Amino acid sequence: MGTVFNPSRRGVLAGSGALVLGLALPLKGKKVLAQTSSNPFAPNAFIRIAPDNTVTILSKHIEFGQGPWTGLATLVAEELDADWDQMRVEHAPADVTKYANVLFGVQGTGGSTAMASSYTQMRQAGATARAMLVQAAAEKWGMKPSAITVSDGIVRGSSNSATFGELAEAASKIEPPVEPTLKAKKDFKFIGTDRPKIDSLRKSTGTAEFTIDLYRPNMLVAVAAHPPAFGGTLASMDDREARNVKGVVDIVTVPQGVAVLAENTFAALKARDKLVLNWSDDGAETRDSAALRQLFVDAARTDGIEAAKTGDAAVALAAAEEDGTFIHEAEFYFPFLAHATMEPLDAVLERAEDGSVDVWMGSQIQTIDHGTLAAVLGMDQSNIRLNTMLAGGSFGRLATPTAHFAAEAAAIFKASGMDRPVKFMWTRTNDIKGGYYRPIATHKVRAAMDRSGDILGWEQTVASQSLTKGTPFDTGAEVDATMIEGIKEPYYEMPDHRLTAHMVDIGVPPLWWRSVGHTHTAYVMETMIDEMLEKQGLHPVSGRMRLLKDPREKAVLARVAEMANFNRKMNPERKLGVAVHKSFGTYCAQVAEVSMKNGKPKVHKVWCAVDCGQPINPNVIRAQIEGGIGYGLGAVLFDEITLGQGGKVDQSNFHDYRSLRIHEMPQIEVAIIDSDENPTGIGEPGTPPIGPAIANALRRLDGTRHHNLPIIGLNDPVGV
Amino acid sequence: MRHLFIFTAAAALLTACGDTASTGTLETVSTPAPRVQVSGETLAAPASFNSITNESERSAALFDEMFKVIGHPRCMNCHPREGSITQGDDMTPHQPMIVRGEDTFGAPAMECSTCHGSENVSYVGMEGSIPGHAPWHVAPLEMGWQGLSVREICEQLKDEDRNGGRTLEDLHEHNAEDGLVGWGWNPGEGREPAPGTQAEFGALTQAWIDTGAVCPA
Amino acid sequence: MAIELTVNGKSVKTDVDPDTPLLWVIRDEMKLTGTKFGCGMAQCGACTVHVNGETRRSCVTPVKFMEGSEVTTIEGLEGKEASAVQKAWTGIDVPQCGYCQSGQVMSAVALLKKVPNPSDEDIDTAMNGNICRCATYVRIRQAIKNAAKEV
Repeated sequence: MGTVFNPSRRGVLAGSGALVLGLALPLKGKKVLAQTSSNPFAPNAFIRIAPDNTVTILSKHIEFGQGPWTGLATLVAEELDADWDQMRVEHAPADVTKYANVLFGVQGTGGSTAMASSYTQMRQAGATARAMLVQAAAEKWGMKPSAITVSDGIVRGSSNSATFGELAEAASKIEPPVEPTLKAKKDFKFIGTDRPKIDSLRKSTGTAEFTIDLYRPNMLVAVAAHPPAFGGTLASMDDREARNVKGVVDIVTVPQGVAVLAENTFAALKARDKLVLNWSDDGAETRDSAALRQLFVDAARTDGIEAAKTGDAAVALAAAEEDGTFIHEAEFYFPFLAHATMEPLDAVLERAEDGSVDVWMGSQIQTIDHGTLAAVLGMDQSNIRLNTMLAGGSFGRLATPTAHFAAEAAAIFKASGMDRPVKFMWTRTNDIKGGYYRPIATHKVRAAMDRSGDILGWEQTVASQSLTKGTPFDTGAEVDATMIEGIKEPYYEMPDHRLTAHMVDIGVPPLWWRSVGHTHTAYVMETMIDEMLEKQGLHPVSGRMRLLKDPREKAVLARVAEMANFNRKMNPERKLGVAVHKSFGTYCAQVAEVSMKNGKPKVHKVWCAVDCGQPINPNVIRAQIEGGIGYGLGAVLFDEITLGQGGKVDQSNFHDYRSLRIHEMPQIEVAIIDSDENPTGIGEPGTPPIGPAIANALRRLDGTRHHNLPIIGLNDPVGV
Repeated sequence: MRHLFIFTAAAALLTACGDTASTGTLETVSTPAPRVQVSGETLAAPASFNSITNESERSAALFDEMFKVIGHPRCMNCHPREGSITQGDDMTPHQPMIVRGEDTFGAPAMECSTCHGSENVSYVGMEGSIPGHAPWHVAPLEMGWQGLSVREICEQLKDEDRNGGRTLEDLHEHNAEDGLVGWGWNPGEGREPAPGTQAEFGALTQAWIDTGAVCPA
Repeated sequence: MAIELTVNGKSVKTDVDPDTPLLWVIRDEMKLTGTKFGCGMAQCGACTVHVNGETRRSCVTPVKFMEGSEVTTIEGLEGKEASAVQKAWTGIDVPQCGYCQSGQVMSAVALLKKVPNPSDEDIDTAMNGNICRCATYVRIRQAIKNAAKEV
């Protein structure tokens, strides 16, 4: 490898005097990375300091709202002692040899790992750059490096000072230190304090550029029609009328369906409406929701593959029953959920004069998208540049292990002849009907609690679709870890515990959805515990505290109870519900204050205490909790994708797949527990507790147990 | 997706990609007939009530026939008594949430005209349409109907305090001539029109007035 | 038949299919990309522009109805309400993914022009037509109040 990246291609570098960290790094790092992904510092291509004194971070993580751009810049700025105003961020190119997620081994974002996987790596990158700048200054000024200080982006000697930009060229010739020294927590200036987000201005003025905003010269717009049933195929087509629409250039068939290529979006959409398509259901999933639901309900009623066992739950429950202890038995149902990102899936593809191809898209797992693009286009991966774009939300939707969207976009581009750039976009209808849902999950639980609040036995069976089976993420495990996360090792004391699972195979493609398995496992655990405590007349907070094992989990629960003043005298028309759940390494407890208004739930306020290790940017942490709560709340209250006759999806847009709206959003108060532990996830952990917190409050209001989601369904507005 | 393992070969990818693309059309099939809007119900002509000899009973029966229109979702959706209005043939809550506003034209910055134009507009790239007419607004609060009985609505229609200050003659004109009322028979793709025609509805209204404008029991 | 309208103060003549939604004229023809496509049926508000000073969902507005109209997109937004709103938006970092925020800002500016000191209810009724899947609603509400103070 000659260069880390090609400056002329990126067209950003202002001149030859740039310090490009990574270019100067020893190549031995590459070998280390190939052997193991545990070494986070090789080779390092994350920082670029230009003569104009800007410090640009190449973000290996895609920014779609969770704040990694600001987070990565914060980590570098901290160790670099930069001035915040000089920090810039852009997406790194797709290159797994340099930008792999140290926790995954592939280049990708997800599992709330952006900060966890970058904390040390990016700080080392910043510290390395700082040491090189200091060394350059020392040589220039004839001083010892130890006599030089750096603060607010200025390097100072006894009588000299220089900006990073002024030292960039000299620094690029310095040998990087092998082990750069990292700051102690007490010296942190950026980490742990509120930092404005680096992309807020452009996102408040309409100047942030998303994939859909790219207009390449001579570009075509493509939209697609897909089979109405999952797995269906095109049997026959009459496209004569569609081809007569002014502006239509071509209509192509691809394995995924039929695509219209046109001079503009309106022509493409209008022509798609005029396609007469006959689909074959051979091999398609044609069962409706009632049939599928029954399949999952029946599965959870039978013993599955054993996923966890401690003690002997069956014996313990039999003994409890004999003693006259109440046995709690409950079944839970969780429907399909669409992610419904604001920006529909899209990609722009263009062939350069030399035959190489540029692809711009909101790629979340670049390594897989890149490989898929190459495979479908029949090209060598090195001839395809995958340019990651800002994306209008993901919530898991862009992290496709099958790279189905990249595959479809590439297939259409190839079928078009690749003579003109193509923007391929899904419409909202494609999106809502397009599958890759949070799969259906059912749970059956049998459990008992004695009067003192001890859990005497716990048997649980979960049935859901595997998210990883048959994908590059398949570990070969008998039970997909994502469907039992959060309950495999219960966070409450339960000496006699058994968990079994069924991986139900159906033809509707599943996908991770913000907080993945925790979306259902937390709901079951936290509503069950709450019901059991209530049955025994025990306090929902102190009852939990008795059973919790992890001090950090206890701490967030205690803190949230204090914030919500949990034991205060309440207006009888309002109740508090509590839930606590750890996910993605982060501890999160929430209390929701809920009433019924006109027969509909109204969530007034949610308190949240969160421990995500060393807080990097409390501003972003609060934002992610707020957003995670709102995202979960809308789904738990309203949302369900259903399949009608022949397996056709019933919903099509936001009118029948509801999003939470502003008047339904509760007030939110967040407390962040300070911690010296390494940072853990924050994009997802705010979502799991909100459902059970609300369900628990509602049950305490009117006794109704909400074990089937959504709680109120589509047509009941909240508290209007 | 916490536990990912080193991703290996393009082989796994290929399984996800399917076949390569091909161009061109497949077998041609006949084009289906275009969608036609069909009203679920028709309106009986005033003369068909002549067999009811008692005039009051005939009048009440005429109102019952008129109520096929008044009670139809096309009319009822925008005559809420409180809260958000409803929409669609199944009268689900309007999405987004809409309020009447001080002038019945919606809330500041979320007026009816934020979405609804001067005529129905078919969606592009999907089925259905957004209804429109000039003007487009919610019925005043005192003219709210949802949840009331046929008789209550009938009494309300005759009450000038609760019908926009209309005499019976004005009411006839409203039913027979008003453009927004007439929209009920031309509601755009994806919505069932009100039964019959506006002319028939007007004729029924006139016959009801002529027979004493009696409300059903 | 060419349609003439004014976009951000500039006179524009377009000969596109008159049924073309204003949204796609703004984006595809004029390359003003701040206005976003989200649903195509006036459900999400991402495409909100001002037409003759009133909020309008451009995805359900055929350009043929825009003859002689004055259209303002986020690129052409100006005035004290606009600068206060955008300052408030960045001041408390409202955006997450940011995709819906052009529409949110357009609605918020229109609200403040009509209701200088909006109540929570005013904000609810004006803003509930703008969906934010990141659920930045807590900050949207706060930013509108901050902007109102600034104006």
